[in-house]
This record gives sequence, C-alpha cells and structure tokens, in this order.
Amino acid sequence: MKEKRGIILTGAIIGIISILLVMHGNPKNMGFCIACFIRDIAGGIGLHRAPIVQYIRPEIIGLVLGAFIISLQSKEFKTKGGSSPFTRFILGMVVMIGALIFLGCPLRMILRIAGGDLNAIVGLVGFVVGIFIGVFFLNKGFSLKRNYTLSNFEGYLFPIVNLLLFVLLVANFSMLFFSEEGPGYMHAPIWIALIAGLIVGALAQKTRICMVGGMRDMIMFKDSYLLSGFLAILVIALIGNIVLGNFKLGFTEQPVAHTDGIWNLLGMVIVGWGSVLLGGCPLRQLILAGEGNTDAAVTVMGYLVGAAIAHNFGLASSTEGASQYGKIAVFICLAVVLVTSLANCEAFSKEKSLSKANN
Amino acid sequence: MEKIDARGMSCPQPVLMAKKAIERSSDGIDILVDNNTAKNNVSRLLKNLGYKLEYKEEDESILISARK
Repeated sequence: MKEKRGIILTGAIIGIISILLVMHGNPKNMGFCIACFIRDIAGGIGLHRAPIVQYIRPEIIGLVLGAFIISLQSKEFKTKGGSSPFTRFILGMVVMIGALIFLGCPLRMILRIAGGDLNAIVGLVGFVVGIFIGVFFLNKGFSLKRNYTLSNFEGYLFPIVNLLLFVLLVANFSMLFFSEEGPGYMHAPIWIALIAGLIVGALAQKTRICMVGGMRDMIMFKDSYLLSGFLAILVIALIGNIVLGNFKLGFTEQPVAHTDGIWNLLGMVIVGWGSVLLGGCPLRQLILAGEGNTDAAVTVMGYLVGAAIAHNFGLASSTEGASQYGKIAVFICLAVVLVTSLANCEAFSKEKSLSKANN
Repeated sequence: MEKIDARGMSCPQPVLMAKKAIERSSDGIDILVDNNTAKNNVSRLLKNLGYKLEYKEEDESILISARK
C-alpha cells in the first residue's frame, strides 16, 4: 500500500484537474483526452479541416514539457529509439482511429464513466477485451525488439517542437486554425491548460501512470500498482461530478459521445489491443516521448496523422454515431493490429528473437 | 542460474522475461536492465516471489541479482 500512495495521489490529482479544466471551459467529460487533444492539434495546424475540432491544446504541450523537465532533473531523461519505429507509427495511427470511433482515449473513457456516460462502460468492455488479446500475444512472445541509446539531441527534439508549438499559439500565429464553435472552441485559458498539463506530466513521469498498463499488469502479473492510479482517477472524478451536479447517468445525450454500442466497443478493442503492443496508452506515450523515448515520439506522430486521416476520410464518429467509412475502418484497423501481432511473435514467426537470453 | 539481458526492452517485457526465466531456474536469476522503470517493475515481481535482490550498476545499466 505504501508504494502505491504516490500513484493513488497522482490519480486523484488528475481527477481533480480534469474537473477544474471542464469548469474553466473544456468540453464536458473532457478535462483531459489525449486522443481528442492531439486530434484538435492536427486540426489546429491544418492537417485536417473539420471546423469544430481545431485548436492547439496546451495540455498536450504541458504534459510533454512537464515530463521532460522532471526527467532531466531526476536524471531519468535518456534518449532511446530504434524499436520498430515505423511499426509503432502505424500502430499509433490505428489506435487513434479506434479512439476517434469511440470518441476518447482510455483516460477520457474513465472521465466519461465518471460523468455517468454508460456508453463508456461499453467502451471499457471493449478496452479490456483488447488488452486481453494483446496480453495473449505478449505471452506468445510478441516484441517490437529492443531500443538503443541515441544522441541527446534526438531526444530533445520532441520537447522543442512542443515548445515551438506553444510559442505559435501564444503569438496567435495567423496560419493556425481555430474552431469558432463545437468542442474545439471549448477550452480552458491557455496558461491554466498549460499548467494543468505540466503538473500532470510531471506526476505521470514520476509514477508511470498508464491506463493500459493498469489492466495489463493486473492480468499478466496480478500487479495492481498501475491499476490503482486508474481507479483513483475514476473515484475522484466521480465524486467531483456528483458534488458539482455534473453527473448524469444514461446512454443518451451524453457530451461528445454517441450510442452506437458495437462501434464503441470495437473502437476500444482496437485502442486496448494496439496500446498493449505499443507498451502504453496515449498519455504514457506522451510522457515517454518527453523523457527521451523517440519511439514514443514516433508513435505520437502516428496519432497525429491517424487523427488527420480519421477526419479527412470521414472515419471519426460524430455525436450521431459511427460513420459508414468508420465502420469499415474498424475492420481494417483490427486486421492491421492482428497482422502486426502475428508478425512480431516468436511463436508464429520463424525469426529467432534477439531478446532471448544468451547463456 | 539464468542470466538475461532485458536492456532496451519496452514495458512490460523485462518483467515478462524475468517471470519466464525464474520459472525455468527457481534458484535465482541475473537480469540486466537499463532504466529505472524496468528496474522497479522487475524488482517488484521478484520481491513478491520472495527473492532477495542485489543491484550492481554497470555503465548505463543495472544488474539485478535475485537469489532465494
């Protein structure tokens, strides 16, 4: 219990900050949503032109910089990369498409449950199923192979890019796209959002909090360390929503959500499965990218491109439900994750694993 | 006694590798990791299984020795 204190406190703080961000202007049940926010950034820099989801979300920048600063200070910043980067890019795209069919990353899924959105419970079922499938392949020897130490400059680039993006936002750079209505228009003031991101980024770096890791470790090792952070977010956000009168139990008329059960479920199967293969949820990938893991940075780029494609090709769901192309995309994404799982498994491929011990 | 190199492996593979190795050689294992996350995760698993741990820093990596 003692070693869990930090992560439970972190989860509680994330829950509180999420509620505060909604109070300051973020869309409901969207204090944090890594998938939605990266999607907004993709729109903000014009990679897609969906007019209601374009903004440069300072929360994302804060998460990366918070993790960067704290890891430099604790000397945990290490530039690593080279563990199947392009596979990670593709998986990142696929996870993002799955998240945009459900309308949220695993973190927002928890926040949606905490707001009484029962569609997110359906998503949770899919998420757990996806994680079980991912764990199955891990146990069969799935690996994206090891990473290698790279020059520090390579690791600094991702935080630097985030900092520059923040400068463009603050300078109100005229080529950026900003929504004038819809979720992209709803946001907390820049500095509040940045500070929220910095705090959560630092805490998440320290505790390694991860939504996917929580379920995965519980299933694989009966280890509840990461899961306790996940539960702390849920409990605190739930209490906060009830106290503030934001809790509304039901399927219909939930904020930025749809009621297409099967597609909510399958979207989160993709997110859970893909994220297990990647080694962490979108939040965790941002934190890792901030502490010098350039494979995670490549994954985030995959999210960004995945978000652009999801909106340009009309794959993302709306509050009306999943789109026609979105439904087709679900099966393509599942096929991509399956092939990736099989191709990188010792049990199914003839290649000798590099990771095997050499006695 | 088995010696494993889990450097550069991403979560949760170092733990998985340790778990598989300790099932094969229950007297103890040596496992080489290169970051704190892996060190903590592997340590937690091995401690929970009742092993005593010793650490040795080597350049950029940490050698964890687990013994009964």
